[in-house]
Amino acid sequence: MDLLGQSVYYVGAVALLLIGFYMVLVKANLIKIMLGISFLDTGVHVLLIAIGYVRGRTAPILSEAMRTSAGGGSPEVVDPVPQALVLTAIVIGIGVLALGLSIAVRVYEHYGTLDAREIRGLRC
Amino acid sequence: MRKAAAVLLLAVLATGLALALAPIPFGQDKIVVANHYIRNGVRETGATNLVTSVVLDYRALDTLGEVTILFVAAVGVGVIFFAERPPRRRPRQAASVIVVTGSRVLFPLILLFGVYVFLHGHLTPGGGFQGGAVIASGVLLLYLARREQTLHREALGVAESLGGLVFVGIGLLGLAISGTFLSNFLAKGQPNLLLSAGVIPIIYTAVGVKVGAELARIIGDLVERE
Amino acid sequence: MTILATILVAVMIAAAVATSVFKDLMNAVIACAAVSLIASALFYLLDAPDVAMAEAAIGAGLSTAIFALAIRKTERYEG
Repeated sequence: MDLLGQSVYYVGAVALLLIGFYMVLVKANLIKIMLGISFLDTGVHVLLIAIGYVRGRTAPILSEAMRTSAGGGSPEVVDPVPQALVLTAIVIGIGVLALGLSIAVRVYEHYGTLDAREIRGLRC
Repeated sequence: MRKAAAVLLLAVLATGLALALAPIPFGQDKIVVANHYIRNGVRETGATNLVTSVVLDYRALDTLGEVTILFVAAVGVGVIFFAERPPRRRPRQAASVIVVTGSRVLFPLILLFGVYVFLHGHLTPGGGFQGGAVIASGVLLLYLARREQTLHREALGVAESLGGLVFVGIGLLGLAISGTFLSNFLAKGQPNLLLSAGVIPIIYTAVGVKVGAELARIIGDLVERE
Repeated sequence: MTILATILVAVMIAAAVATSVFKDLMNAVIACAAVSLIASALFYLLDAPDVAMAEAAIGAGLSTAIFALAIRKTERYEG
């Protein structure tokens, strides 16, 4: 039980990463490949926030009811730096997704198919 | 054949990730860099939301780079869709009465909520990116309700450019006044007030307007391209 | 709280596997929206309200809309 409490977030993040990699490697439809890239992004975000979590502390928004540690009086919050990084990464992820999907739509208009194997074959 | 090779590669990757994550215990105190931000954050920046103080004061250059990446993505979507053919107008069926009436009631409320989120970014959870995404969701609702109209793309372009110019302009003002690019040169004020934390509310307003206009333009390009 | 996290992670993995398996692309995109929503709930459980708000607005809202618009202009079924 304690091992589960230790690692459930890590297991979820690594499972998302592996499913995303599988979809990018094996699937032939371009939309499925973009879904896999989106899962890779989400898995890494969950992993970063889970690494920055500290038990017994609260969110990094200061208020009057904040507990401070005994020696020195610094507020007891979780790590705010990974949260800032992941905030930026989420917005970059949607930018990459929009660009990739617009390229997929143009490829479909030009070749008539969304299958990655046939598109490579048509070029030769 | 391809699936077997992929599964083998994934097994190797899973083992590597498990071995890498084993010496990182979950939930223990491993904060090293952020101790300075936590201890001195309110005093040095004036913002009570520590994530905002990291994003817009201590690491503001990263935020400028990220706004640039989003801008390049929006320009790329526009170029890919409108480079070759002009968009053809295909007659669409109108939306139902419920959607049209609901959008008239909901769109001002969504806009108000988005403005509230990015205006209070330095006090409560929120900020420019979240507020911009909420505003873009409201614009998506408008597109779903009024299918035969298009939005003013020039106005969205002007709003987006103004947001980016305000961000860089404040950075250059900081350089002129204090000698550091993007330094927090206005008065810090009293924490937990709306007008506090120096230039952080101004930058977040600019970022909120810019991100909202950009995401609305991306959605507009995808909808109008037939 | 650990029980809640375990249930959420299990449902998230099931939705991710469903995204990979579905042949109808609209169903796959809805499953992807479910994964984003559960990831937003996990961010809240990990004491990150800013990131939870951003993931809910961007990941579960706008990303699904962009996928649905792209599918409408291309094919609906895989293969």
